[in-house]
Amino acid sequence: MNPKSNSLASRLDAMYEYDREPVDESRTQGFSSFLGIYAGEHVAGTEFVLGPLFVVHGVTAGDLFIGLIIGNILAVLSWAFLCAPIAVRCRLTLYWQLRKICGPYLTYAYSIVNALMFCFLAGAMIAVAATAVGLPFKMPMPELNDIYPGSVSWVLIVVAVGSIVTLLAILGFEKISVFSKICAPWMFLVFVAAGIAVLPSLGCHSLSDFWRVANEKIWTGVPVEGQTQFTIWHVTFFAWFANLAMHIGMSDLTILRYARKWQYGFASATGMFLGHFVAWIASGILCAAASGTVAPGPIAYLGAGVAGAVCVVIAGWTTANPTLYRAGLAFQVATPNWKRWKVTLATGAATTVAACFPALVMKLMDFVALYGLLLMPMGAVILVDYWVFPRLGMARNFTELRKGMLSVPALLSWMGSIGISFLLPLEIYFKALPAWFVAVFIYIVLSFVEQKYYREGDAVL
Amino acid sequence: MKGVMVVVSVAALLLTVVPAFLVLHGILSWEAHARLMFLGMLLWFGSAPFTLRKSSKER
Repeated sequence: MNPKSNSLASRLDAMYEYDREPVDESRTQGFSSFLGIYAGEHVAGTEFVLGPLFVVHGVTAGDLFIGLIIGNILAVLSWAFLCAPIAVRCRLTLYWQLRKICGPYLTYAYSIVNALMFCFLAGAMIAVAATAVGLPFKMPMPELNDIYPGSVSWVLIVVAVGSIVTLLAILGFEKISVFSKICAPWMFLVFVAAGIAVLPSLGCHSLSDFWRVANEKIWTGVPVEGQTQFTIWHVTFFAWFANLAMHIGMSDLTILRYARKWQYGFASATGMFLGHFVAWIASGILCAAASGTVAPGPIAYLGAGVAGAVCVVIAGWTTANPTLYRAGLAFQVATPNWKRWKVTLATGAATTVAACFPALVMKLMDFVALYGLLLMPMGAVILVDYWVFPRLGMARNFTELRKGMLSVPALLSWMGSIGISFLLPLEIYFKALPAWFVAVFIYIVLSFVEQKYYREGDAVL
Repeated sequence: MKGVMVVVSVAALLLTVVPAFLVLHGILSWEAHARLMFLGMLLWFGSAPFTLRKSSKER
């Protein structure tokens, strides 16, 4: 191990030092805590964008409702049967689980990719908040097909919002995290209320009218010009994989390691059915009432007045802030001589520049799918390492066992599965499922070869 | 004091969501609904930090 690599590993380890040991049984939490965590996390700024995008992609009402129910159930099952059982047995964060299996180099590469994705997500949320802040200034709103900034006022407001978010991220995010928990129940009800209040403008005057209006005026089955047509398959896969990095990708090992039982993974149902069902439907109704406008600020104002606009600002801000903070933290490992505030400032500045491009919001569905696809293979690696290797007579955590810095099978599984998935003639929403099987296959085969090689060489075993 | 804050928080959430159903049934105007939601927002952010903080301390 050369001094440089040792230093990189130790810097990275130092960041996560506090979480190095498995969670003690006495610190585990009850089922209700997880109901709250998941409900709070999945009613966020992104919901104001994703619901309208289903409308512009011309999904039918039946396809949307059935697709969301099936997709959200699959997501809950993924949390409960794939992520939670490993979380409660190992009780380690994703970082330490990966560190044992993949070695520090690959874990570092994963952290950087994750941080880049966080930056784009934070940028989208800054743009979401800007659409509400710009309302009193009569700012021209970005349109569905906009890629570049459309006006000086848009750029100025995005820069102002981005500067505030960055400043708050430099100050830390614990207090904002508490504030975000306070906002969650109110934000959810603003979604519901705004959606219901605009129904009369669509010709719906009682809940019994809803299904007719839903089919005729909201999810009509006709996409906006230039947008692809979504089917029940798109809705199902998008709902299932919207949090792919968290469940199949195992990011939520970090949260679920505090669960007393693996069955607490089912608590994710609150997030899926309040956020990714009710909130997406409500924001879709708002989009239809606003004649297809997708800018979150104006549609929330249309449904709930000032409270709606404030809700968009808070939703964007509370999602962007911790995201930016975590991205800064990950980049800090690469710039050890920089103070944390300087790294966060640079990350915030780059994120704010990205937020000026409306494409970041308007293509949020593609971005969410890409985010999950890029991080998911590591979840497949963890799953195989934990469940499959002992059954094949292979060693778990082999890189740690041989005191290595990098797991080549995990690296090739990650790169190979993503590379092959991009060659498949499928839309991005569907690539993750075959990619998971490719990742599993590559990791098993190459690990078998690697472990056999080391055994024959009697290097460590 | 906590009891009062809980009542205010619940009232805030009701002010946020109930007017929308009254708009749907034509009982309330959209403008009145927006004003009530604004009031609900002020009451929620005035009371919820105390209600939720106390609950988490008790846990």
